[in-house]
Amino acid sequence: MVDFALTLWEALWPLIWIVIKILAIVVPLLVAVAYLTYAERKVISAMQRRKGPNVVGPLGLLQPFADGVKLFLKETIIPSGANRAVFLLAPMLTFFLSLVAWAVIPFGEGLVLADINVGILYLFAISGMGVYGILMAGWASNSKYSFLGSLRSAAQMVSYEVSMGFVIISVLVVVGSLNLSDIVMAQKNMWFVIPLLPMAVIFFISTLAETNRHPFDLPEAEAELVTGYNVEYSAMTFALFFLGEYANMILMSGMTTILFLGGWLPPFDVAPFNLIPGPIWFALKISMLLFVFIWLRAAFPRYRYDQLMRLGWKVFLPISLAAVVVVSGVLVAFDMLPVAGGMR
Amino acid sequence: MIEALVFYVFALTAVGSGVMVISAKNPVHSVLFLILAFFNAAGLFVLLGAEFLAMLLVVVYVGAVAVLFLFVVMMLDINTTELRQGFLQYLPIGVVVGGIMAVELVLITAGWYFAPYVSSAIGAPTPQPEQVSNTLALGELIYTRFVYLFQASGLVLLVAMIGAITLTHRKRVGSKKQNIAKQIAREDSVELKKVEPGRGI
Repeated sequence: MVDFALTLWEALWPLIWIVIKILAIVVPLLVAVAYLTYAERKVISAMQRRKGPNVVGPLGLLQPFADGVKLFLKETIIPSGANRAVFLLAPMLTFFLSLVAWAVIPFGEGLVLADINVGILYLFAISGMGVYGILMAGWASNSKYSFLGSLRSAAQMVSYEVSMGFVIISVLVVVGSLNLSDIVMAQKNMWFVIPLLPMAVIFFISTLAETNRHPFDLPEAEAELVTGYNVEYSAMTFALFFLGEYANMILMSGMTTILFLGGWLPPFDVAPFNLIPGPIWFALKISMLLFVFIWLRAAFPRYRYDQLMRLGWKVFLPISLAAVVVVSGVLVAFDMLPVAGGMR
Repeated sequence: MIEALVFYVFALTAVGSGVMVISAKNPVHSVLFLILAFFNAAGLFVLLGAEFLAMLLVVVYVGAVAVLFLFVVMMLDINTTELRQGFLQYLPIGVVVGGIMAVELVLITAGWYFAPYVSSAIGAPTPQPEQVSNTLALGELIYTRFVYLFQASGLVLLVAMIGAITLTHRKRVGSKKQNIAKQIAREDSVELKKVEPGRGI
């Protein structure tokens, strides 16, 4: 009996352990999402000389939970003309995709759930699939505002993915590996934001478009589309979209941090800086980028649709394409091409 | 055991969604099932140890091609009952094409069985997956031995792209275009003001 229990435990323990690790990532992430919405309201209110949420709890700190409870208790309305299955699947897919990408993000040296060889491609693939949640929601709602919003979103995300891909390639040429931990460790001496500054700027702006954030939030342009693809959603189905969007913002900031800001590495490898553990540096850098996300929302008006497309296809694409050539040309000319471990 | 289980999950879902692609009544559902099939094929690639191909499949097919496909299908108002008329008319051709494919598949599998040396001849150029990651292995083959073929396929794609653009491009008469450089460069109508906080202009 004891033996049987022991073998069962040995078989089950890896599964339990991985579930614990997943919870250790997802729970702090969801809390971070909740407080990102709070931070957004507070920062924007400070920029607009208002107080922002300050009633629920001290300094309004419990506001995100009050919002969550409110959304949880509301009625889920499914429009009668909607395609039921797809309508319900869309928010779940959005939320699921925004969480599943975190599996490969390294929070510190060796602190990663799945240290796969093609980590950056995995992130790129998952972020590219995010468009399906929006497309499905827009189509299944059977409403013209939703549909227009989702069509805009699809075109926008596909366009900006192209230049993002080229920026990623120019980083990969410098690193010589697709593994995210390798990408961070390659920035030990110098963060890539210094030699590849234009790429970092293009990448960050593309992530704004990819997450449908201001100034590229055309899919939910309130003025003309009400709120675009999620007009027909209410209660928890809406909350899943909302959580997914904010988790995606954090994910994209994390991706920018890993690619350009040295991931979990301290800015200088000297005493006061390298005593602070890596995950804290990682979180600090992500918070800084998220602040820029919010700042941009307060500072810029929305782009017009043709301007958005022009920026993506006529400005970013040629620059990032040229950058791949220039970066690899410099690496070849100065004989600095990285040689991976298995190369002969 | 878990690996076998995962394989059957991916394989059964892939085949099942493949069947649903052709049998679903709603064309949008068909495309969504097609995407599910792509995704499961990527899962099978991961199980084979070909993680690079798996990610490429998701990035290219799921992330880009199928999005545009879904985009178009959603905007079309397809009447499925009309499409199904005369469905049986195409049956003989379908049976012939399917039959040829089935025979070829059997021939390939039988080739392994009857002539075991064939598989060793095919497998020769790629290094063992345990020694190098498959991204590296693919890169080493594509950019050294097959560089001309690689460039040629790139040129074919370029020609196709230029062809598509020239076929669909049209000059629009009378539409107003924004010249951003010109707009920013104007001087007389733009004024910079320093605003004191809390006071406004």
